[in-house]
Amino acid sequence: MKALTTIQSRFVPVNIENIDTDQIIPARFLKATTREGFGENLFRDWRYYNDDESKTRADFPLNMSQFDGEILVAGKNFGCGSSREHAAWAILDYGFRVVVSSFFADIFRNNALNNGVLPVQVSDEFLQRIFLQDNNTELTVDLEQQTIRINSTGEQEHFDINSYKKTCLLNGYDDIDFLLSNKADIETFEKQRV
Amino acid sequence: MAKSLFEKIWEKHVVKTIDDGPSVLYIDKHFIHEVTSPQAFTGLNKRGIRVFRPQQVVATADHNVPTLNQHLPIKEELSRLQVEALIKNCAEHGIELYGLGHPFQGIVHVIGPELGITQPGMTIVCGDSHTSTHGAFGSIAFGIGTSEVEMVFASQCLLQSKPKLMRINVEGVLNKGVVSKDIVLYILSKISASGATGYAVEFAGSAIRSLSMEARMTICNMSIEMGARCGMIAPDETTFAYIKGRKFAPQGAEWDKKVAEWKQLFSDADAPFDQEVFINAAAIEPMITYGTNPGMGIGVSETIPTTETINDTDRSGLAKSLAYMGLEQGAAIKGQKIDYVFIGSCTNSRIEDLRMVASFVKGKKKADGVEVWIVPGSKQVEAQAIQEGIDKIFEEAGFQLRQPGCSACLGMNEDKIPAGKYCISTSNRNFEGRQGAGARTLLASPLTAAAAAVTGVITDVRELLN
Ligand code: SF4
Repeated sequence: MKALTTIQSRFVPVNIENIDTDQIIPARFLKATTREGFGENLFRDWRYYNDDESKTRADFPLNMSQFDGEILVAGKNFGCGSSREHAAWAILDYGFRVVVSSFFADIFRNNALNNGVLPVQVSDEFLQRIFLQDNNTELTVDLEQQTIRINSTGEQEHFDINSYKKTCLLNGYDDIDFLLSNKADIETFEKQRV
Repeated sequence: MAKSLFEKIWEKHVVKTIDDGPSVLYIDKHFIHEVTSPQAFTGLNKRGIRVFRPQQVVATADHNVPTLNQHLPIKEELSRLQVEALIKNCAEHGIELYGLGHPFQGIVHVIGPELGITQPGMTIVCGDSHTSTHGAFGSIAFGIGTSEVEMVFASQCLLQSKPKLMRINVEGVLNKGVVSKDIVLYILSKISASGATGYAVEFAGSAIRSLSMEARMTICNMSIEMGARCGMIAPDETTFAYIKGRKFAPQGAEWDKKVAEWKQLFSDADAPFDQEVFINAAAIEPMITYGTNPGMGIGVSETIPTTETINDTDRSGLAKSLAYMGLEQGAAIKGQKIDYVFIGSCTNSRIEDLRMVASFVKGKKKADGVEVWIVPGSKQVEAQAIQEGIDKIFEEAGFQLRQPGCSACLGMNEDKIPAGKYCISTSNRNFEGRQGAGARTLLASPLTAAAAAVTGVITDVRELLN
């Protein structure tokens, strides 16, 4: 997993609430047996017309050339629905390292953190402030300090992250490394319960 | 100290807790399928390690298998590669696989309980969000992502923080024509599709106690649609009677010992909950969804909400949702024409669901222009249906009985609903594009779906019951 400390970047706004993982990556694109290559189908059915998959929709932010950056900003309750980790892979593969929303679904939050994508949960008000900024505005996400700042206005908010997960992300460790280092305890536990 | 059902099971599975961090939670059973496991096996191989406890893992192929001609090679190449990868990975790591052609094959959340693998007091995970289904037996069961599948492979453990606890009490007697799917769609319409996010939910109350195991599974299945980490119901005599004698159920003296343990699994009288919800069963009518999340449901006799009448959670999404669905604010849902009927998925594809549909349609015919697919949850359900002659009833009604799999629940195989068409579905998700790009899904109970199959429009099934 790639470590993450500070990200300073412009952002891509997708101002829609309750974006479920079927929208992030539709089921028909889940057939790969590797983790790579999902980025091209990120938000597939919103980027293309349903009745003609060769036509892109000019009104969807990912298709608008004025938006760019490593930060995706989305409406409340992001990543609900299916547990497919492909959603986190697609976001990472597309080039995002941070997703900002005022609420994240549980499974998505874990999946993102397990892949080096940082979910930053902000207040509803702060989220609306970000959506009001123009497309050249940069945001700064500082994981060490647990802050997110709108650079042009200096507005800043603190965000929460479990300290264990924070250490993992800052160092690029994952849970498997940690669990494997606990094998002896796990085996003792197994013996004690029978 | 008084403890809840959840806490009793949780505490028995904590290996250790990291300071100011999650706990290392031991997992008893791990179900896997072809779509969310290949990358986890690749991860293991890259690290040069093997599955730690392969005998605690059970595999099946369900998500993208065809539901016609399962004896033939899978036509769609990518689907075939995933199923082949599962066969190879299971063989290499010594994992039991109930793959295509096996008499136990089926949707992962249908086969676990029906084989007696799912038991009270267990921790159960699967790389699929509807793992919450297994909570109906009084277990902690939840869906995980592929990295977590790899963690359980590597260590039989997961890092988890304890969720908050919610209890949803459903008291009273259900009306005629109202079944467990209606209960859960009703709860969803009250608390919304994010109403239980961050919580483990226990379903309790007289209306829940009176349900069969299969009906309880339907409710726990959809707890994820409220955002819940898991859903659960305390085990009781109904649970024990269901498990007894199944293939992997404990036997003899072991059975008595287990039942004695399982009887301790309930929330103590004054166990603390972070939130409690009370639902009056008598207020529930047959439900149907009109929008693009499962919380957007109404009683079949009601009208679609307007921006003024809808709850706060769904207000901002209402216009977009209805535009997608081709429906109007304030309009009646009854009488809405439908094109497809899908009876299947881990929510409603068990034998009781098929029996319910069969007893309703016996002697009736499907409406012209409507296509009806019945997809049993497993090979065992399919065999049972044929043994009971249910297949004949469907055939006479013009319903297609297909072979087991997830099918049109997520439209990964060929079973897709065309863009713009309306499908009344007994599955669990009405998200945009879930059943196929542009498909319009209305979620309902098997009974309400069967009524629509016969009339061709959304119908109040109570008017057709004598
Ligand atoms: S039937 Fe649908 S919800 Fe159930 S496991 Fe299959 S895809 Fe998931």
